[in-house]
Amino acid sequence: MKTFPMGGVHPSENKLSCGKPVEVLPLPETVMIPLAQHIGAPAVAKVAKGDKVLTGQLIAEAGSFMSANIHSPVSGTVAAVDMQPNGQGLRQMMITIKREGDEWAEGIDRSETLVKECSLSAEQIIAKIKDAGIVGMGGATFPTHVKLSVPPGKKADALIINGVECEPYLTSDHRTMLEHGEELLVGVSILMKAIGVDRAFIGIENNKPDAIAHLSKLVKEYHGVEVVPLKVRYPQGGEKQLIAAVTGRQVPPPPALPIDVGAVVCNASTTLAVYYAVQKNKPLIERVVTITGKSVKEPKNLLTRMGTPIQSLIDAAGGLPADAGKVINGGPMMGRAMVNLASPVTKGCSGITVLSGRDAVRRDASQCIKCAKCVAACPMGLEPYYLSKMTQKKNWDELEAQMITSCIECGCCQSTCPSYLPLLDWIRLGKQSVMGIIRQRAAAAAPKK
Amino acid sequence: MANKLIVAPAPHVQTMQSTGRIMRDVVIALVPALIVSTVVFGWSVLCVTALSVLSCVGFEYLIQRFLVGGKPTVGNWSAVVTGVLLAFNLPASIPWWIVVMGAFVAIAIAKMTFGGLGKNPFNPALVGRVFLLIAYPVQMTAFPEIEGLDALSGATPLAAVKHGAAADILGVQDLLLGNMPGSLGEVAALALFAGFVYLLWRRVITWHIPVTVLVTMAAFAFVVALSRGAEEAALWQFPLFHVLAGGAMLGAIFMATDYSTSPMTVRGGVIFAVGIGAITMCIRLWGAYPEGMSFAILIMNSTVPLINKYVKPKRFGVK
Repeated sequence: MKTFPMGGVHPSENKLSCGKPVEVLPLPETVMIPLAQHIGAPAVAKVAKGDKVLTGQLIAEAGSFMSANIHSPVSGTVAAVDMQPNGQGLRQMMITIKREGDEWAEGIDRSETLVKECSLSAEQIIAKIKDAGIVGMGGATFPTHVKLSVPPGKKADALIINGVECEPYLTSDHRTMLEHGEELLVGVSILMKAIGVDRAFIGIENNKPDAIAHLSKLVKEYHGVEVVPLKVRYPQGGEKQLIAAVTGRQVPPPPALPIDVGAVVCNASTTLAVYYAVQKNKPLIERVVTITGKSVKEPKNLLTRMGTPIQSLIDAAGGLPADAGKVINGGPMMGRAMVNLASPVTKGCSGITVLSGRDAVRRDASQCIKCAKCVAACPMGLEPYYLSKMTQKKNWDELEAQMITSCIECGCCQSTCPSYLPLLDWIRLGKQSVMGIIRQRAAAAAPKK
Repeated sequence: MANKLIVAPAPHVQTMQSTGRIMRDVVIALVPALIVSTVVFGWSVLCVTALSVLSCVGFEYLIQRFLVGGKPTVGNWSAVVTGVLLAFNLPASIPWWIVVMGAFVAIAIAKMTFGGLGKNPFNPALVGRVFLLIAYPVQMTAFPEIEGLDALSGATPLAAVKHGAAADILGVQDLLLGNMPGSLGEVAALALFAGFVYLLWRRVITWHIPVTVLVTMAAFAFVVALSRGAEEAALWQFPLFHVLAGGAMLGAIFMATDYSTSPMTVRGGVIFAVGIGAITMCIRLWGAYPEGMSFAILIMNSTVPLINKYVKPKRFGVK
């Protein structure tokens, strides 16, 4: 069975909610919409306090090409456009809307009818995706229209749909593939048209045999689309790892991009959002969020409007367990620990993982015993122990020579360390410093205007 | 409630393994060989091992407590591993004070002076053994005789072969089951192999270094046998004898794989292992000592920083 060429770990999968069909979470009373919930420039608010908005109405416009539109997830009145604390407690610009009913903007098709035919051109498809404010929903939140706009001189030859969901606990992509397979495949054919390729691969890890079987059956009607079962191994959902697992091609080190090996990768939930945007005119205002954890009473998958407070999801799953120690936005390998549960669900929020007190506390670190497990676990072929040590010595030149900028911050090294060393904490610091130095050098070398 | 939540950067998962668990696994992997050794040489085996372990742990505790300071380190079981390995490199009839002296050299000089576990460049147990071998050559090579093995009369098979005996001086069965004179841990190839399988299963070590060491030795012996114009039977006997006799298995499985004194990459480990196999055979065939495993490992230990500097893992996306 296929997988990526080097490194990786296999943490306990804990897919507690994989058998739970998606439920619709009741609409919240108020929603909060951060203007910066994607990679790139923040969106620019188009509404002010007191404005009436409809569900699906544009409320903030992309701030540049590398940015994304934002639409109102509910209908109601704008209560504020101001600085509010996010999940980590940092203040950022958000639009707060008080919900009044759920009245949708005109032109959005909310029916369940499957629309297969799409007569739009590639440019029109990408424009619709841009209008709908779609970003990568696997967590990276890279604007999808940017990804689909293949730069001049480059050529895509394969679309890869990321149905890997290698993070422990999370099941939102799994349920999406199972429950909306037909729509997903229409989304795949639309994306193929948008980037002008005749081949698409749907990569799914073999801990989801039902999704593999379901899509393999449906895919027979779609020419050039293939389901690729993959061996369970984290971080297979990483873009570079997935491309290597499916096509055998390795993306060269930065600044090279997946398109340099002819690949465009799109997450499964994002592909479904593309279907709704292009065929149903529905902007990205809701998503499936997994709420899970070993001591969570009812782990489940919830169809949630953007801007819903995280606390509402936790309540819907039986409340915050008494022994909760850490609440993570995302999965336990790459997710971000939260302090503020009043903060909202955003486009990149695929799950909320609650860890109990014992699992939440880092164990005491001891001296490196040179076991080399971090080197064996690194999916990018780096030496985490050495990068961590060189960061502590502030040896930036050596770090650059040892390719620290290739680090994808997957956390395999740190999670596998028997001395519990904070390897990735140091490496992140080193990587940021080295990238800053590289940017400065590029700026100094660029011709003065 | 919210203000009691713990915040830390990802990843939020830590391995179930720990330094202590790894070291305990190594001790467990050495138990089968300890049992076989006790059967072959008698109860003195357990006394030597216990004394060696107690001395190693004691010296580490005292040095850490009164000289180095900081957090106690004896809890990580690494001194126990050193103690067992040192004992496995001694003859069963060794006087007690030599054991204590070896433990002191291993822990105080080879390990703690460099900063303790993970920082020592040379395998502590081997430094202890080689010191004793040079300082007390008589006691270190006085092996108790084994009943029914008159052909050897107290010499190790390697020493006997060195002095002209044929490689079929012992049957394969005797070599596998440990029915021969030697150090505590050298005698039972099968028991050591069982420990190897256990370490692989527990993911404490990978197969690369032990297999490469033994394959290199076998290949080396095969070529030598060929060049000496050996007959068909001896052509296979000679490599097999060298792999099974002496400290080859013990060294390849338990000493060459020591974390701090072996390279960080698989490719580096293979280079390191080929070096150990080749140097061991050179010493065995043409050196002054009948056995060369300890020297070979220590020599290759000294190349580890160099190997780590120049042998890098295969980077993703780089051809």
